[in-house]
Amino acid sequence: MPRPSEAQTRPIIAFANVSKVYPSRNESARVVALDDICLEVPEGAIVGVIGKSGAGKSTLIRLINGLEHPSSGHVLVNGTDVTGLDERGLRQARRSIGMIFQHFNLLSSRTAFENIALPLEIAGVAKSEIAGVVEPLLAMVGLSDKRDRYPAELSGGQKQRVGIARALATRPKVLLSDEATSALDPETTDQILSLLKTINAELKLTIVFITHEMSVVKKLADRVAVLESGRIVEQGTTYEIFAHPCHETTRRFVGSITGGNVPEWLAAKLRPERRDGDSAVLHVAFVGGDANQPVLSRLARTLGVDVNILHGQVETIADHPFGSLFISVSAEPEMLRGIIGELRAGQNSVEHLGYVS
Amino acid sequence: MSPEIFQLVVWSTVDTLVMVGLSGLFGTLLGLPLGIFLATSRANELFPAPAANRILGLIVNATRSTPFIILVVAIVPLTRLIAGTSIGTRAAVVPLTIAAIPFIARVIEAAIREVDQGLVEAARAFGASPLQIVQKVLLPEAMPAVTLALTLTVVSLLGYSAMVGAVGGGGLGDLGIRYGYQRFMPEVMATVVLVLIALVQGVQTLGEAIARRLDKRTRN
Repeated sequence: MPRPSEAQTRPIIAFANVSKVYPSRNESARVVALDDICLEVPEGAIVGVIGKSGAGKSTLIRLINGLEHPSSGHVLVNGTDVTGLDERGLRQARRSIGMIFQHFNLLSSRTAFENIALPLEIAGVAKSEIAGVVEPLLAMVGLSDKRDRYPAELSGGQKQRVGIARALATRPKVLLSDEATSALDPETTDQILSLLKTINAELKLTIVFITHEMSVVKKLADRVAVLESGRIVEQGTTYEIFAHPCHETTRRFVGSITGGNVPEWLAAKLRPERRDGDSAVLHVAFVGGDANQPVLSRLARTLGVDVNILHGQVETIADHPFGSLFISVSAEPEMLRGIIGELRAGQNSVEHLGYVS
Repeated sequence: MSPEIFQLVVWSTVDTLVMVGLSGLFGTLLGLPLGIFLATSRANELFPAPAANRILGLIVNATRSTPFIILVVAIVPLTRLIAGTSIGTRAAVVPLTIAAIPFIARVIEAAIREVDQGLVEAARAFGASPLQIVQKVLLPEAMPAVTLALTLTVVSLLGYSAMVGAVGGGGLGDLGIRYGYQRFMPEVMATVVLVLIALVQGVQTLGEAIARRLDKRTRN
């Protein structure tokens, strides 16, 4: 089954050399929020932008619907250069770009129904037609029974469902998600993420989301861009990024999910030099298909070494299994090279971390 | 208390209510748009006009820092122009309104600034124009606070209205001064004070009840 990202449709959103600088009277205080961003979002894909706070994620997503204007470069959405639009043109363009927010941003004075109706009222849709649009949306997000409730009477997850329905009211082609699950508990987060996946599949809606949590990327994204200090340091399919993280920041994000970060108790015991009787500590990342292979038992059979498992984890990411193992083997340097060579078969990556007694 | 005095109290109460009601009404009609403008016209806001914002802010501050009794006397020519006369209850409405406008503008500005900027951003993201944002987001969301602000205004106007006796305006304050103080009738003074207390209590209770009805942020 071809994944949307691999179907290579034309990009619905394209950033071409986009920079954003917040000027300041004194030169040293000026802030470069985004630096030469090039990014393409294929139609129908779910693209995640991950970065720490202050990396420029918020600015990046707000360039798509013109809430922010770039200092240089162009942002194309659905064939239109939004950077060249005046306010009136932007308002028109925004109606085909929905947006959801971390803190939901629902009007406290309006019921769930009335909140979802707001974008329609703004677009000048006749009152008689509004209910015909809003009711099915309420049903889709599973809130038909909360129709006349005010936001204060709804839970966080329910508020975000109203937010999603509101964002979809004008039948947009693109949905922007600004940390939409960051204020929710893990269980509610999963429900909202699977709702977003359903919407993506059923409505052929392109979704761009920003987050600081790799777990959200793992569950939702087809493609990922990693943002650091205003630059995209790495981008690719979710699978590629998890399988072969190149940049240090990406490694840390990926490690937080795959268990690739060295556990603290182990880090405390590790030393770089080998002493007599020490065991070598290796980190093996099993990628894709090889995660199912009996690598360790093969190692024990062919090389006759004993392997001690110190820490391990297996995750499924973009439908592929990912394993991460910290092992210690008691072996002379010569033998160790053989072991590492054996483990490196396939797409596995092996890292020699040091020694423990 | 003699029936004549009682009747005086009744008529004075009516005068006070008319003065406060009319100046509150005109003050709101003019102060509301001014308050909205003050709350939305700084740089990078919905209707950016920083220069106009500063100038109007200065005028508002100047009016508010002028003691009311001086304002009443100072604008007598204007009062005569608008009301046709400079004495009496009708004339008193003019200085009361002039005093109410900047007051209302400031309290409404504060109420609107309280509205979460995230809501404004959301409305912009849905393609709302600045005018639609005021009409569909800022005003409805600020309504509970606006109601409380107008309640405060009416209570203040009740106090101000007691001073317009100085220019021949009627009302409870005037009655209290002329009968209670100058003719030394303490029972009139006491009645005037009690009626004013009752009015303030009534206005405050009503205003809070309306604000509570409008406020959907907390449910009980």
